[in-house]
Amino acid sequence: MTSVYTMDEPDERNRLDAMAQGVIGKPLDRLEGPLKVSGKATYAAEYRIPNCVEGVLVTATIARGQVTAIDDEAVLQMPGVIAVLSDDRMTARAAQGGAGKSPVRKVRDVQYYGQPVALVVAKTFEQARHAAKHLRIRYREEPDPLVDPEDERATFEPFEDPTVQGDLDQAMDAAAHAVDVVYTTEGHNSAAMEPHASIAEWDGKTLTLHSSLQMLRFNRKELADALGLDADNVRLASPYVGGGFGSKLGISPEGAAASVAAITLKRPVRVVLLRQQVFQCIMRRSETRQRLRLAADAEGRLIGFGHEAWVSNLPEEEFAEPVLQASEFLYPGDDRKLDLEVTRIHRVTAGSVRAPGEAVGMQALEGAMDELALAMEIDPVELRLRNIPERHPTLDIPYSSRKLEECLRKGAERFDWDGADRTPCKKREGDWWIGTGMATATRVHNLNKAEARVTFRADGSVEVASDMTDIGTGTYTVLQQIAAEMLGVDPGRVEVHLGDTDFPPGSGSGGSWGAASTGSAVFQACEGIRSKLAAKLGCAEDELTLKDGHAVTGNRRIAIADLLGDEALTEHARFKPGKITEAFAAAMYGAFFAEVAVNVYSGEVRVRRFTGAFSMGRVLNAKTATSQCMGGMVWGIGSALTEELAFDQRDGHIVNPDLAEYHVPVNLDVPHLDVLLVEERDPAGSPLQAKGVGELGICGAAGAIANAIHHACGVRVRSFPITPDKVLAGLPEV
Amino acid sequence: MPLTINGTDHDFTGDPRTTLLDFLRDGCGLTGTKKGCDHGQCGACTVLVNGQRINSCLTLAVMHEGDAVTTIEGFGTPEELHPLQEAFVRHDGFQCGYCTPGQICSAKAMLDEAANGWASFVSDDITAPVSLTRDEIRERMSGNLCRCGAYSNIVDAIAEVVEAGR
Ligand code: FES
Ligand code: FES
Repeated sequence: MTSVYTMDEPDERNRLDAMAQGVIGKPLDRLEGPLKVSGKATYAAEYRIPNCVEGVLVTATIARGQVTAIDDEAVLQMPGVIAVLSDDRMTARAAQGGAGKSPVRKVRDVQYYGQPVALVVAKTFEQARHAAKHLRIRYREEPDPLVDPEDERATFEPFEDPTVQGDLDQAMDAAAHAVDVVYTTEGHNSAAMEPHASIAEWDGKTLTLHSSLQMLRFNRKELADALGLDADNVRLASPYVGGGFGSKLGISPEGAAASVAAITLKRPVRVVLLRQQVFQCIMRRSETRQRLRLAADAEGRLIGFGHEAWVSNLPEEEFAEPVLQASEFLYPGDDRKLDLEVTRIHRVTAGSVRAPGEAVGMQALEGAMDELALAMEIDPVELRLRNIPERHPTLDIPYSSRKLEECLRKGAERFDWDGADRTPCKKREGDWWIGTGMATATRVHNLNKAEARVTFRADGSVEVASDMTDIGTGTYTVLQQIAAEMLGVDPGRVEVHLGDTDFPPGSGSGGSWGAASTGSAVFQACEGIRSKLAAKLGCAEDELTLKDGHAVTGNRRIAIADLLGDEALTEHARFKPGKITEAFAAAMYGAFFAEVAVNVYSGEVRVRRFTGAFSMGRVLNAKTATSQCMGGMVWGIGSALTEELAFDQRDGHIVNPDLAEYHVPVNLDVPHLDVLLVEERDPAGSPLQAKGVGELGICGAAGAIANAIHHACGVRVRSFPITPDKVLAGLPEV
Repeated sequence: MPLTINGTDHDFTGDPRTTLLDFLRDGCGLTGTKKGCDHGQCGACTVLVNGQRINSCLTLAVMHEGDAVTTIEGFGTPEELHPLQEAFVRHDGFQCGYCTPGQICSAKAMLDEAANGWASFVSDDITAPVSLTRDEIRERMSGNLCRCGAYSNIVDAIAEVVEAGR
């Protein structure tokens, strides 16, 4: 029997606070930490499977056209080469997050440069790589493919119904202060450190795939759909995932290719993407162009708010970078216009990259807010404080717990923020202009269906199982803590098994919903176990205290193992977000404060100090939550200063498809990151009173840096990333 | 072709195109050493060869006749961690863990380089003995990318080991 918790209303019980073990929220070390630091955690490509052969994908070198021939004869003569496959079950793209069905498959119908068209299989990796390099593919190329959103042939269409309220133009005219600006951001790549990798095994009926994936319950359906198998005959295993950041939400081309090869050749096949292929054929974050219109009254309260964005994707993709997601609820303004438009171009699939939407929308919005504060000559923090709406400006629903004001105030205090005089070029140290900037952080809170199984074993130890993944987010540890807290055992007595579709389907890791959703399923299962224990003791569940392996009620105290006898208790629970998701505008909030140095001659920017104050409901583990926030801030530094995909205007190929040319921040780019977790319980967030963590730290971070650059040297760059050439163009004479 | 890995004798007989990295991972089953880019751009494959850090993806196995290779498996076990490994766990110097073995191997060699007086890009005086300030650690660890963004904690972990060694 599966018990179900459908969340229709806020859960005000704060049950975790009523527990006695005292481990929830504590900064425990990662459960799987010792395995990871000793190289003993096994990632997808690292399973030793007898008789396994190696596949290397071959990708298209044109933007659009048909494969007319694959000259495989020559490579089939090469030593070790076993097969060349180009099969209709292979996938040409990565699946979008949550798709649950196969992505586009027709691999010989080329829609973008870098699309997989064939797989070469050989005995060894060296042989397969060599053969793949020499495989000749003939194409019928379509002339002049549309590969650039700036191309005059590109037409944009609304992605969804725009929000139009009142008359924004009129509000802009009537405003005491107005800002009307255009910001742009470039494409990003998730660039997880572990390249996408799969090993497929086929036993004639069941396909087992060791793969690096974020959301197994969806991925299983996606792969089954691609292969024409029943989902029950697909087993996925991803116990350790070397980073995902959206790029492993859906199945990626190497997974289906390895599967097809394993089925065809009747032996295990491993396919690992080359780093260049990770860039070329998985996901990009779309570039964006964004127009922001802010109309404020004399006190700086927004009366009009406009945010329009233009993004791109391949034909047939049901995703457009949701740039306006935070703009829908963060700021007031009765006269509103929000409009997201997409154009179809032949570049690699655009999809989810850490914090889709807010990651780029917030940095532009917070830049524009800084411009408004400057125009009004008020402290940018004060401007934010004056613009915290009472209710959702469009839906007219209440906010759930929102600690934005606390984050702004506490962050400012911690950083020693002085916003009184924002005149640029006031401080110089040697060859460097010094300046500070701030921005608000926000990210919508998402929940997803999740199941988990919890077993209280007869020896008093606990086992938690779900196909949920831990992609570096700390899932193993927070689920351990939830179970330990609810069942009153030392965390060391809790085993957590994740990342295998043999376990109950969890929420998967995406949209920052993992801990709150799968954690709630674990919580629900633990409540079930507690009820059974209470029944054994003849007390009400809420009269039962579980602590240190003992059950206490009234004046009775009994060891759990004695209470259980020889019988283990197992509960299988399902968590479902119900009406709660419509009843409140639920989000995580925060505030960033950055100090930068801008080189007076070169325009080079160094981030010297970076503080983030964040509220995300109950913190389940202060250590891993802090790390998640830090990770987001590092991404903010990349987004602000260095990260951009460069596309060739002729054929849309990525010019910088590797880690040497696509610049993610390195250690020296990142100062000590100062993260402040603001205490919160959000009863509408989840039964745990927790919300999401993993993405908040990036949402607005780059805006704080851009604003600090302006404060330092007076150059307002509205084009991210803010590379030295853009700063240099406006630097004052020295 | 003989070489030692973590003190054990090994014999390489494979395809001469095999990188040291692929030999370690696939030939020897030492998958603690990670492949992030295969092009010397990320540091995930860092191992020690005769005590010095190198990107094992940028060198062929056949080039290491008689060399002594140390991988992360040669540091400590989950039950008995090396002080650097312990510090990484305590300071949460990783998230997904994929860059981590490379970071730890790199850190070990980096500490030795500093002890031997090797200057870096951020050293004020390249002839003076090295004092491993946080900026020195940051610079010297900048060949090891961490996309999870654990840098701040990595620096804390290494700084703690530096302190303990003083
Ligand atoms: S795998 Fe060797 S440096 Fe990236
Ligand atoms: S811990 Fe994930 S890349 Fe460093």
